[in-house]
Amino acid sequence: MAGTGEQAIQALEDTTKEKKGNYILVVDGSVPTGTNAKYCVMGERDGKPVTMEDRLEELARDALVVLAVGTCAAFGGIPAAAPNPSNAQPVKKVLEDKGINKPLINIPGCPPHPDWFVGTVASILLNGLPKAEELDDDLRPLAFYGKLIHENCPRRAYFDEGKFAKKPGDEGCLYELGCKGPITYADCPLRRWNNGTNWVIGAGSPCLGCTQPEFPILPYYQKLVDVELPVIGAYWTGEKEDK
Amino acid sequence: VGKIVIDPMTRIEGHLKIETVVEDGVVKDARSTGNLFRGIELILKGRDPRDAQVITQRICGVCPQSHGVAAALALDSAFGIGDKIPDNARIMRNLIQGAHVAQDHILHFYHLAALDYVDITDVAKYEGKDSVLNSVKDFIARGELGPFVPRYEGDYRLPPEVNQMATAHYIEALEIRRIGHEMVSIFSGKIPHSVGIVPGGVTAIPTVDMIISFLWKLRRLQDFIDNTYIPDVLAVASAYPDYCEIGVGCQNLLSYGGYDLEGQEPDLTLRKRLFSQGVTSAALKPGKLDISKVTESVTHSWYEDYAGGRHPSQGETRPKHGKDGAYSWVKAPRYDGKVYEVGPLARVAVTYAHGDPPVKNLVDSSLAQLKAPPSVLFSVMGRHLARALCAKLTADNLEKWVLELKPGEPTFAEYIIPEEGVGTGLTEAARGALGHWIEIKEQKIANYQCVVPTTWNASPRDENGNPGPIEQAIIGTKIKDKDNPFEIVRIVRSFDPCLACAIH
Repeated sequence: MAGTGEQAIQALEDTTKEKKGNYILVVDGSVPTGTNAKYCVMGERDGKPVTMEDRLEELARDALVVLAVGTCAAFGGIPAAAPNPSNAQPVKKVLEDKGINKPLINIPGCPPHPDWFVGTVASILLNGLPKAEELDDDLRPLAFYGKLIHENCPRRAYFDEGKFAKKPGDEGCLYELGCKGPITYADCPLRRWNNGTNWVIGAGSPCLGCTQPEFPILPYYQKLVDVELPVIGAYWTGEKEDK
Repeated sequence: VGKIVIDPMTRIEGHLKIETVVEDGVVKDARSTGNLFRGIELILKGRDPRDAQVITQRICGVCPQSHGVAAALALDSAFGIGDKIPDNARIMRNLIQGAHVAQDHILHFYHLAALDYVDITDVAKYEGKDSVLNSVKDFIARGELGPFVPRYEGDYRLPPEVNQMATAHYIEALEIRRIGHEMVSIFSGKIPHSVGIVPGGVTAIPTVDMIISFLWKLRRLQDFIDNTYIPDVLAVASAYPDYCEIGVGCQNLLSYGGYDLEGQEPDLTLRKRLFSQGVTSAALKPGKLDISKVTESVTHSWYEDYAGGRHPSQGETRPKHGKDGAYSWVKAPRYDGKVYEVGPLARVAVTYAHGDPPVKNLVDSSLAQLKAPPSVLFSVMGRHLARALCAKLTADNLEKWVLELKPGEPTFAEYIIPEEGVGTGLTEAARGALGHWIEIKEQKIANYQCVVPTTWNASPRDENGNPGPIEQAIIGTKIKDKDNPFEIVRIVRSFDPCLACAIH
């Protein structure tokens, strides 16, 4: 946008009035709530700093729907990792604490695929708000997050055969190098990234599990333990399995 | 006496407030405030050292590659394999970082800075057949003015047909940047937050089709840089000649070089690199880089105080909001106790000062087109020009490097994580000198400090009260219209600030 400073803030505030109840609020980033939320300031009002927490509260009240875009906004992400120095919280938690009951859609990913964001916005414009059955338990659109990475991974045959890579660059499944594909819901193997050029496992790297509520899942290179893996060869219905 | 407060600075990454005191139409004082703290350095403590590469990339979605490179170099040295990275991996790191940086410079000029100079509303008067311009015209006709107004009004100097052409280039630049991202993705999986660069090397093995695909896309990028980006920068500089004189700044420049041309020299300050490591100042005389002279102070930053400046290897991050006299989450890095600017200008000027023939020829021929002496580099337009020339120098070398790859050959050196160790990773991010310092104890991260380009440029005052580079560049500037303070935002944006990086 061309505007700077107060002009930009004014544009935000005007929208909440002119399009009351009819605008989509897109939130990027987790909300630092420590030290009276002073860790993140977004512009001023009457010469006083306004925190991100306050802005979120003001802007969410009259929104049609809130989109928490990226894993930080959706689940807390890296800033909320231990010891969570800024007491960063996901959008859902802040809205609940403020008693704001608004439709919320999480579009996680670090970063999220642009198609997931644009596709969700387009779907709202074309079809209205998603029905409950179109989102999973973590409020992610099933259209994009309906299946495990592991389910559609081109290296899946190596997993089934038990052929595992021991170091980067090796042929084989990356499970023993810490791949989080078996517990991560996203359509990366089919959609791929950057105009379909490549994706994480395509570059020989383990999936980081960046669309999951538990991200960051560290140490990155540690093999998953105590995880129930999908039954090899079992028919996958597309619904999230109860653990 | 009046105050001008700009909060937030838009069209940059992150939360930056600029506060100035203006007297008789001249800026007497300026303060730069970084307004978001996450504490990534604290989150790194106690973790597997290899996670540094994953976590530090997430400092910023605009410059992740360079954090990946800095972290990998720091870990390589801490693991004792700094001189054992296979050539294939060294080259692929350069390709991944270089393709990203070249498109990042295009991002800055067109999508962040251009709207300060180009009046996009002139597209409403467009009468031609270009489908892109006609779709922008239709967009304006529907009353969709949000992206274009409100804005500062008055000082737009380009004729309507040039504004229209620049708008077409703005849109074309989006596609060119997408191609730049695809180039990164070929070797690194995805971008932002790509995965290819790791301690020990990279994760992908190059193939012939990756090389050809990269080259094919590179042609488009080079064509745009040579025939659109650089001419556009020169055209804007000619239309705004006073901006070749203002925003001079501290005139001390620092570069870590960047893009390793060999991998045997373990000391990164001595390794042969595309751009020179070193310092220079107004006279453009070459100075050697002594990394022990880098310090950070927190006197005016929201952290627990310590005396004087500290070398990053001994650095600490203990947040304390509301501290007396402090006004920013950005720390204040200094070199040899003095204020230094980093960025493409420093990269080009330090390399120029060291007499590198290709850089000298390119800079001299570009300045000749502006009929300007080298001193013009120290200005708003000088920074834009240096950034465009950096994009060209980087892209042209990508062509050479990608053909040096050996398809199918190894890209990874194995290592053992030591019980204890220290490492330093120095590189040049798009926005300038980037350093990561790690200390390992019991195979875990005991301390991790990042000193990032905008930490230098957007820094507040130090313990001696010296203002940071952006503050210095604004102080003394004449403001023609205090309701439309173009001068301030044009000066600040010429540094291409990235606040998520600066504070981390």
